[in-house]
Amino acid sequence: MTRITIDHVTRIEGHGRITIQLDDMGKVCDARFHVTQIRGFEKFTEGRPYYEMPSITSRICGICPVSHLLASVKACDEIMAVRVPSAAAKLRELLHCAQIVQSHALSFFHLSAPDLLLGMDADPARRNIAGLLEEHPDALRDGIALRKFGQQTIERLARERVHPSWTVPGGVNAPLDPQAREKTLAELPAAAAVVQRTLAMWKKTVDGFPNEIDAFSNFPTMYLGLVGPDGALRLYDGNLRFVGSDGAIVADQIRPQDYASYIGEASLPDSYLKAPYYRPAGYPDGIYRVGPLARLNVADRCGTPDADAELAEFRERYGRIVQSGFHYHYARLIEATYALERMQQLLDDPAILDTKVRAHAGVNSSEGIGVIEAPRGTLIHHYRVDDNGAITWANLIVATGHNNLAIGRGVLQVAQRFVDGNKIQEGALNRVSALVRAYDPCLSCSTHALGLVPLVLELRGPDGQVLDELATP
Amino acid sequence: MTEKVKVRIDGEVIAATAGQTILEVARASNTYIPALCYMEGLSAVGACRLCMVEISGVGRLQPACTTPVQEGLAVVTSSPQLQAYRKIALELLFAERNHICAVCVSSGHCELQTLAQDHGVKYVRYPYSFPRLPIDVSHPRYVLDHNRCILCSRCVRACAEIEGAHVWDVAGRGTQSMLVSEMKRPWGEATSCTSCGKCVQACPTGAMAEKGWGVEEMTKHRTTVSRLTSMREGS
Repeated sequence: MTRITIDHVTRIEGHGRITIQLDDMGKVCDARFHVTQIRGFEKFTEGRPYYEMPSITSRICGICPVSHLLASVKACDEIMAVRVPSAAAKLRELLHCAQIVQSHALSFFHLSAPDLLLGMDADPARRNIAGLLEEHPDALRDGIALRKFGQQTIERLARERVHPSWTVPGGVNAPLDPQAREKTLAELPAAAAVVQRTLAMWKKTVDGFPNEIDAFSNFPTMYLGLVGPDGALRLYDGNLRFVGSDGAIVADQIRPQDYASYIGEASLPDSYLKAPYYRPAGYPDGIYRVGPLARLNVADRCGTPDADAELAEFRERYGRIVQSGFHYHYARLIEATYALERMQQLLDDPAILDTKVRAHAGVNSSEGIGVIEAPRGTLIHHYRVDDNGAITWANLIVATGHNNLAIGRGVLQVAQRFVDGNKIQEGALNRVSALVRAYDPCLSCSTHALGLVPLVLELRGPDGQVLDELATP
Repeated sequence: MTEKVKVRIDGEVIAATAGQTILEVARASNTYIPALCYMEGLSAVGACRLCMVEISGVGRLQPACTTPVQEGLAVVTSSPQLQAYRKIALELLFAERNHICAVCVSSGHCELQTLAQDHGVKYVRYPYSFPRLPIDVSHPRYVLDHNRCILCSRCVRACAEIEGAHVWDVAGRGTQSMLVSEMKRPWGEATSCTSCGKCVQACPTGAMAEKGWGVEEMTKHRTTVSRLTSMREGS
């Protein structure tokens, strides 16, 4: 038996490796996705004051620190048992929408567009952002402009683009500057135009990938996401909903505080990334997915006009429940549309300028759970504290963790479809990596780990000997 | 009558009073000498070694905060050698405990951080000791994080000399030295603590902070101690 190793998988956040096992006939018989880093945030934060958790846990990731900040401050709000002032809740959601826009832009343009626009089989030396600059300069410029808009909005609100200290337990530490509001409102139409252009382009392009649509994690799973009381998409606050692969609601309006009754976490022997599962169905049958595609499958509607129109078209093309992991890309663009529309709504509301933005309190509850929809999916921060506010226990379930089982199974599906052990082609292996990229996994986040990006692909023979290896430089 | 003396600080002749320290004379004449353990209004202990100066005719460096002036003294407050020594002292402070500015409540308002920036400490040349240290969160209003403590003892002196409570002391020897409240009781259980917070205001880093402030939010009232002293002395 032969094993192929992709070590490291490139253009994702964090370190990962894929091993593909071949049988005697050179056919793929198994494929696994391993996350090769460990960090230990849950352990080393023990004993620290709870109100330091937002700044510490946001260091888990430099791409989506805002997501960790917000999940963490929400957990701290519960420990303080305060109601966050309404303007602060709006400002946090605004910040979150800007974060969704910048992160989705990064995933679609910077990380995946080289595969999507240059082709899965393009020369790997040019299948990157530099190659994109030569062949699709306008698309690349759009991507950079969109990400810049998101990042600059974050900076305008929170003073810093990465790891801002603006979001605090009880609210935010400064009200919205009216000039920041005007500036963001002025820039919104251009950002919306970028997303519209990209959606139009993608709708023409997407059907050119029938094999990828067919084989990229195209299997039934459950989906998890936050929804409002009306079943509409929610990113900052809401209740959890699981839907089945047939679209039937499996569990609805689960309060975030009750997540542990529904989500279990399994440890895997060959990965530092735990595998959450839907507890009532057990492991591994309780496989479910999160993230942009899952959220669109879970929600009845988006709740903003343009995004709802796009969602209707998406469902018309691919059905009410879209199974193929390849459509995470499409879903990301629809969500970016929603996030921009939501930003417009929030900024149009004069109440967002209210200067009462922070509630102060001490420790009024020994436990706090904060849940938000991070760009990559449902993010859960769960803390317990002693009477003095020192953390005694912490649990973080990160989006990529929820998707772990689905990515693992997807890797096998795509490897079986494209990899021929008798003749290994770089383009085939790239598709295995591209499947992982479609989920936009953040391995740094999911293991709360530290490091650079890469992935390794290993091809092993029946005796376990490594026959071929594809490592990224 | 207090005796008047003339000293030279960086070449400039300055009139001073006998008994004043070099640091006091320098600061009164707007000459900056860095210091961490020194705080106006408290007794000087010469612990941090950042205020070391060169004195002509004296073979070794002396701490400006504890060395009294005398007639004809000539002092150099800044030289390449002094800068190099101060940088070493700062780096050793960082290496000794776990100073993670990025997640510190005092980041941006920290005397240690500011001095490090002023002295071009971009990295630390010595191995970090990464000690495993506790955080005392037992006080209802304040928190003590030993990871960020530089053992300057400003809190000890503020509590003993200004508040008169003497809750704080430094226990242990060498690298095992630790700030302790009331014979090693948790701060929240220290019966002599009046919760006045002078120790917190005196602390140069984020080691002592008011509870509830997030990263970068803990600003301190640096003049509290010296103002109280001057009020007491009626000056």
